[in-house]
Amino acid sequence: MEEMKKVPLFSDHQRLGAQMALFGGWVMPIQYEGILSESKWCRESASLFDISHMGEFYFKGDVEASGLERLFSCDIAKIPVGRGRYGFLLNDAGGIVDDLIIFRLSCDEFMIVVNAATTEKDFQVILSGLHGDSIFTDISAATAKLDLQGPKSREVLAELFGESIRQCPYFGFSKMDLFGSEALVSRTGYTGELGYEIYLKSDSVAECWRRLLQDERVKPAGLGARDILRLEMGYSLYGSDIDESTTPLEAGLGQFVDLSRDFVGRDALLGQQQQGLARIRVAFRVNSRRSPRHDYQIFRAGARVGHVTSGVFSPILGCGIGVGFVSPEAALPGLSLEIRHETTSMAATVVRLPFYTEGSLRD
Amino acid sequence: MELLYTREHEWIKIDGTTGVIGLTEYAVRQLGDITFVELPEVGREVRQFQILSSIESVKAASDIYAPLSGRVTTVNEALDTHPEIINEDAEGNGWLAGIEISEPAGKKALMIREEYDEYLRGLP
Repeated sequence: MEEMKKVPLFSDHQRLGAQMALFGGWVMPIQYEGILSESKWCRESASLFDISHMGEFYFKGDVEASGLERLFSCDIAKIPVGRGRYGFLLNDAGGIVDDLIIFRLSCDEFMIVVNAATTEKDFQVILSGLHGDSIFTDISAATAKLDLQGPKSREVLAELFGESIRQCPYFGFSKMDLFGSEALVSRTGYTGELGYEIYLKSDSVAECWRRLLQDERVKPAGLGARDILRLEMGYSLYGSDIDESTTPLEAGLGQFVDLSRDFVGRDALLGQQQQGLARIRVAFRVNSRRSPRHDYQIFRAGARVGHVTSGVFSPILGCGIGVGFVSPEAALPGLSLEIRHETTSMAATVVRLPFYTEGSLRD
Repeated sequence: MELLYTREHEWIKIDGTTGVIGLTEYAVRQLGDITFVELPEVGREVRQFQILSSIESVKAASDIYAPLSGRVTTVNEALDTHPEIINEDAEGNGWLAGIEISEPAGKKALMIREEYDEYLRGLP
């Protein structure tokens, strides 16, 4: 039987009338009042997401001597204290074991934030790559995570938790006292809007959730809206767009890989770079309100050239949007594609990411 | 005027030899926000329980089946640009198409409201 884990706020979601569904082994809220209205609210005001299913690890030790540095595609030794960076754990073939954010808490301390379904796998991968005397622990169970995202999120947080949050730069974080409990608040997110991710102790998440929802600028949003918002930005979803059989180069995520230094999977990526890519990520807009969906097939001039990995109806653009993998010649912006599934066919046009460019992300 | 239902959650409002077809509120609640409606072609002959058109929501793409055999005479064009009308009023302004019924005998394979409600109670 499939594992069904509950987040600390499970009964809060039920009280709010959320539709719940299984996601990465967790019973999570998919929607409250409606997926489209929730995604609209996030782009206009501020939405609160319970993301407590995600995994968090704590590391303390020497990044180089411990071997930690070698495990990440990005150069974590160069992350300043108080900042985070997006990157990957890769396998020897360059395939993505997980995508993650790593925060530097102090000179020798890091917090690593990973996907829910991959938490246990990632922990073992990192643990087996470490040597010497370092501390490495899975703090997921004791850690809850709330995302407040939207153009009004900074105002809301500054009023509730103090003005210091205004100084937090993109991908920066600070430790704050939230209702008597220590929390880490980072200026990161998955929506393309100005926003914050709040890491706090599982036993104090309920108060923070309820207090934030008392603000009339804030409404709860579920994973359904989150999926639309992230795809409108072209952000990859692990398990859907990327997995162990895809490399960051194929997935259009080469800027999060530093090939000038040694790390697990680097040789494979260098080889791939030398030989050229057989397939690459493509982003396309459907020429109607139809939604492409995972595993729909992509055709170019009558020939199959790839498949869709994510697709939704974009409420802000008023059309279907999607990403997938195709042979490189089919990924040039402006090209016409056809998306097929059974008897359905939709015309689409290759575009550059992000789909949505008006977000408040950098405000 | 007669209102009948299918096991696939379509309704048909019958007035003489014409019928207006839509999706039930139950179906729409399951689908969530409707994002696209493929309207059938006017003039097309459809057979009972065969695919009439399709509908897409934020969660899934689904087929819509004809409750009775007939010829499509009219479609709700407002749904082209405002499919959300179905979420707002599934069993009224959110109608999909009108047909000229060719085989009224097919009605005996449909349910009246009480039977449909009973059918819904038996669903998981």
